Amino acid sequence: MAKETKTTKSVPGVKGKAADVAAPEGTPVAYPHTADSLAPVPHGGNVAYVRTEMASSEAPPALASGPVAWIRENLFSSIPNTVLTLLALYVIYVIVPPLVQFAFVDAVWSGTDRTACATEQQGGVQPNGWFGACWAYVGVYGEQFIYGRYPDEELWRVDIVGLLFFGALIPLLIPSAPFKRENIIFISVVFPVVALVLLTGGHFELNGFMPTGFLFEPGMVKFWVDYLILSAIVVGIAYAIARASDKDPMPGMRGAAIFMVGIAIIMAIFAVDFGLEHVPTDRWGGLLVTMVIAVTGIAVSLPIGIVLALGRRSHMPIVRFFSVVFIEFWRGVPLITVLFMSSVMLPLFLPEGVTFDKLLRALVGVAMFASAYMAEVVRGGLQAIPKGQFEGAMALGLNYNQMMRMIVMPQALKLVIPGIVNTFIGLFKDTTLVLIIGLFDFLGQIQSSFTDPTWATPVQALSAYLFAAFVYFVFCFGMSRYSIFMERRLDTGHR
Amino acid sequence: MAVTTAGESAPRVALLNDPKIRAWIVQILLLVVLVWLTYVGIQNMFANLQAANIASGFGFLNRNAGFAISQSLLDYDQATSTFGRVFFVGLINTLIVSIVGVVIATILGFVVGIARLSQNWVVSGIATVYIETLRNIPLLLQIFVWYFAVLRLLPGRRDSLDMGFLGQLNISGWYAPKPIYGDGINLVLGALVIAIVAIFVIARWARKRQEQTGEIFPVFWTSVGLFIGLPLIAYFIAGMPLSFEYPEQGNFGPRGGARIYPEFIGLLLALSFYTGAFIAEIVRAGILGVNKGQTEASHALGLRNGPTLRLVIVPQALRIIIPPLTSQYLNLTKNSSLAVAIAYPDLVSVFAGTALNQTGQAVEILMMTMLTYLALSLLISAFMNWYNAKMALVER
Amino acid sequence: MPLEKIRKGAWAMKSILKGLVGVSVLALSAGAASAATLDDVKSRDALKCGVSQGLPGFSNPDSDGNWSGLDVDLCKAVAAAIFDDASKVEYVPLSAKERFTALQSGEVDLLSRNTTWTMSRDTQLGLNFSVVNYYDGQGFMVRSSMGISSALQLSGAAICTNTGTTTELNVADYFRANNMDYELVAFEKADEVVAAYDAGRCDVYTTDQSGIYAQRLKLTNPDEHKVLPEVISKEPLGPAVRQGDDQWQNIIKWVHFAMVEAEESGVTQGNVDEMKGSDNPNIKRLLGTEGEFGTAIGLDNDWGYRVIKHVGNYGEAFARNVGPDTPLKIARGQNALWSNGGLQYAPPIR
Repeated sequence: MAKETKTTKSVPGVKGKAADVAAPEGTPVAYPHTADSLAPVPHGGNVAYVRTEMASSEAPPALASGPVAWIRENLFSSIPNTVLTLLALYVIYVIVPPLVQFAFVDAVWSGTDRTACATEQQGGVQPNGWFGACWAYVGVYGEQFIYGRYPDEELWRVDIVGLLFFGALIPLLIPSAPFKRENIIFISVVFPVVALVLLTGGHFELNGFMPTGFLFEPGMVKFWVDYLILSAIVVGIAYAIARASDKDPMPGMRGAAIFMVGIAIIMAIFAVDFGLEHVPTDRWGGLLVTMVIAVTGIAVSLPIGIVLALGRRSHMPIVRFFSVVFIEFWRGVPLITVLFMSSVMLPLFLPEGVTFDKLLRALVGVAMFASAYMAEVVRGGLQAIPKGQFEGAMALGLNYNQMMRMIVMPQALKLVIPGIVNTFIGLFKDTTLVLIIGLFDFLGQIQSSFTDPTWATPVQALSAYLFAAFVYFVFCFGMSRYSIFMERRLDTGHR
Repeated sequence: MAVTTAGESAPRVALLNDPKIRAWIVQILLLVVLVWLTYVGIQNMFANLQAANIASGFGFLNRNAGFAISQSLLDYDQATSTFGRVFFVGLINTLIVSIVGVVIATILGFVVGIARLSQNWVVSGIATVYIETLRNIPLLLQIFVWYFAVLRLLPGRRDSLDMGFLGQLNISGWYAPKPIYGDGINLVLGALVIAIVAIFVIARWARKRQEQTGEIFPVFWTSVGLFIGLPLIAYFIAGMPLSFEYPEQGNFGPRGGARIYPEFIGLLLALSFYTGAFIAEIVRAGILGVNKGQTEASHALGLRNGPTLRLVIVPQALRIIIPPLTSQYLNLTKNSSLAVAIAYPDLVSVFAGTALNQTGQAVEILMMTMLTYLALSLLISAFMNWYNAKMALVER
Repeated sequence: MPLEKIRKGAWAMKSILKGLVGVSVLALSAGAASAATLDDVKSRDALKCGVSQGLPGFSNPDSDGNWSGLDVDLCKAVAAAIFDDASKVEYVPLSAKERFTALQSGEVDLLSRNTTWTMSRDTQLGLNFSVVNYYDGQGFMVRSSMGISSALQLSGAAICTNTGTTTELNVADYFRANNMDYELVAFEKADEVVAAYDAGRCDVYTTDQSGIYAQRLKLTNPDEHKVLPEVISKEPLGPAVRQGDDQWQNIIKWVHFAMVEAEESGVTQGNVDEMKGSDNPNIKRLLGTEGEFGTAIGLDNDWGYRVIKHVGNYGEAFARNVGPDTPLKIARGQNALWSNGGLQYAPPIR
């Protein structure tokens, strides 16, 4: 548009040639037709005043097109609009230049201690009145912000876990990427085992859990004997259920046995000493803890949430009652009280002598809390499934499990993927609360770095908060875009 | 038995294949497991409490608390007040910040939500940036930023910013003028009540008249006039019984006046701005959810933009907006518990925090706190459900 | 369609995950604490020590995550006495609120976290205190520019402190007794208290004096603040253990006494090896060359030697962590040996 306007304006300067073809377009804009009638072009026709060819279209007046016009139309169309625009521009003026000044122009990018980021008055090298971000400090502490106080020589373990996680997750999130099924098995079975062993160092003590203490000392042998007994019981129950419902007991028993063997393999992996140094969870921190809490929370809450959502829609009164009470209780209380509960109250409910790891306790609280929210998300998905689907499934003779597994859930879960992502975003932000109970998540680690006198300056907190805000924003905004993308993609389905 | 009722000819069915029986077996098993878990948990708890020699029971509620609380609307005296009183002080502080926060967040949310739909590119751009930024940054971080970074820019306690008749402002809060009520204040209050009643009556009458005759009575301006005018007249008749106590400069900054604490301001701002961003998205979705034909029809009827929005779009959008809005209000109330991070004396901070530490009775105190929040949540949802039912389209 | 595959996998995932979570909980909680704390510590091959979340001079992690401080040295000394290796300690940072629950529930073996010994804590919380590794008292810090020289001038001041500590109650008592009013701003975490005081939200910062000296380092300009002379409370800080394990309590008690005794007899980290050859019967008993004092508390007889070898005597620990040559610059004062007019006194090892 802008270009056209320009050429039109230049026409009057060009002599003759343009006038032959059409009226000089640049002549008084207000009366375009006069130009035509004053300069008729004889063209062999018999009626001289009738044109034989179309007049080429006029370019719009300068003020009706181009950026100026757009601005006039959109920003200054009326007095209130003008006021709004000016107000908005003022807001931008107040916020953006100081922010840029602080974060980039005046920022300190390198240094070894607080003098780099303090004014002369405060005992540093910067001129008095200087106010800029101290990225040097963020750089020095960067490693701690990511790994917490995880031992330096063991950091590769965290890196591998991170690579495995994102390496498996990203193809999972891209709808067109292949090997979805293998990937899900990897990320839901192999990955948690590998991650737990790598992060903690593995080599768990297995002491047994059954009242067989009179036969064996607590230890490896007792554990496996106990496990064998447990497996026998589980397979026995499978047999009993099958017999009681007049079915062939073999498939059920085989399934139970395979399951128990699978768990046994995992337990064995946990018990093996891979020679990794044990890293207690109180040395974990930073982004590592944030990710561990958020990812575990969502992974645990999904199955529990599905069960609760089904329970809430169940016809069994007791099941429904407990589901409703559970969901409404956890949704009705603030997360911080849940965390207080898990850190102060939960130990009291455990048998004497049994202790939980602090991080694990917080995880339990977060998982309960997230499950309630997840249940409501899944319930939303279930409700969106037309009744005909249920009736159709029943008409085909499917039982409840088959109906849910093969007809309803696949559709419902598909619908709630955006909801799950949104729950995850919420959870990711909520993990910051664990700092109040003394775990060092990303924000907690940042806060705890304020105690280091080496870097104590007035700009330290603001720089760190700005950095934290940026990191959280990148994560959450990215995920919310993904959620919107999935929503659009899935929208093509029913109705 | 369900099986026998099926009749003689029915084939023998395994017990577990009868859906009803199966359902009951599942439920009874569930009940047994849950009751057993609860029993074991409580058993452990008592055993642990006994072993650790920790007192239990609610007797502590009548014990003297002995610590100070900065902001308290109830009479609270550290020398004589009990832990029970601490609970109520905390609860009221939670309610205050939640209610004010809900009001501000709603206004902010509506303004920003509408701004985001504005034709004005700059305005809608700012609204978008506001929403996307604040929604994606954890609330706790925002609270820290407001409290530790932004409020820090205010002047120190000893050189407060004098705002004339608005009182003084410094880093330890806003020292607003405190109203002192004189003798005739009841007359003014009475006038206010009369004005409010009159406004209701007029609004009713005006609606009726409009339905019958089509004439529009300027209800809004009449109401404003009544609301301000009547009490003002009463105020002068009663001999101006209202005066203000202004803060004076004391040893450590201003003293006296009505004090608004910076913890309150910081928490309130963070809560309102954060929740406002979510409400803005809800409002936008609500307005977009109203069929475009409604706008066109309204324009065709000759309504201009303002009345169209007010009389046609918003009432319909509200039906879409209210349910998610409810959950935002709930979230704000629950999020106010983050006060504990910046020492605002809310329920969690003062009761589940200080009182818990002083008494060590974690189980009683946390249970009381959680049940209180649960009750608040249920109350808010009940109220909003009622309101929603009222607003819902009455199908004829 | 990929989503089809997702849902097929999702079901396998669900059941397996649930089992996994259940079992891993089992695995991590399997290490049950029994009555004999020493046995647990030995079988775990590490001492679990509850420390603060960061208090310079007492228990503070540096940017590499190594803990140091006076309270940390006690943890190290106990580990040294048991394992002959001062690094076999797992530090569990605890907030003021969590510390007692953590000890009661067995999450930590030893609470060495600048905790005041009070009667109610000793008798009602299922804990036992027995030694004082730092004699402290609550004090006030103000800005020098305010021109205040006594705590009695603080009427009307805003005071920042921690929740859940004895300090909150002491302030209340002190101001009430002196008929002064004040505004309390109580934060959950020490860092936030400092930040708020530094920002000017409060006129006064109050906590144990040791804490004040430590936290002062975190201020923007430490030199612009001064500590008022009044000490308004007795705050004997010491390690706490669970009730009902006398052996374990004895170990903690005597490890501390050994450090004090070593200072008194002039045994230091540097000269401990020579001192092993000393003829002084006191030193011989301390370093385990004479008598069976170690086995009496379930340790090896050279437990005292190990403590001094790895950690040093009390005076060294004090000087290293909080003494005049550290940024905290705290004088020995009440924490000097009894022979120098202080309160640190060790019963004889015999």
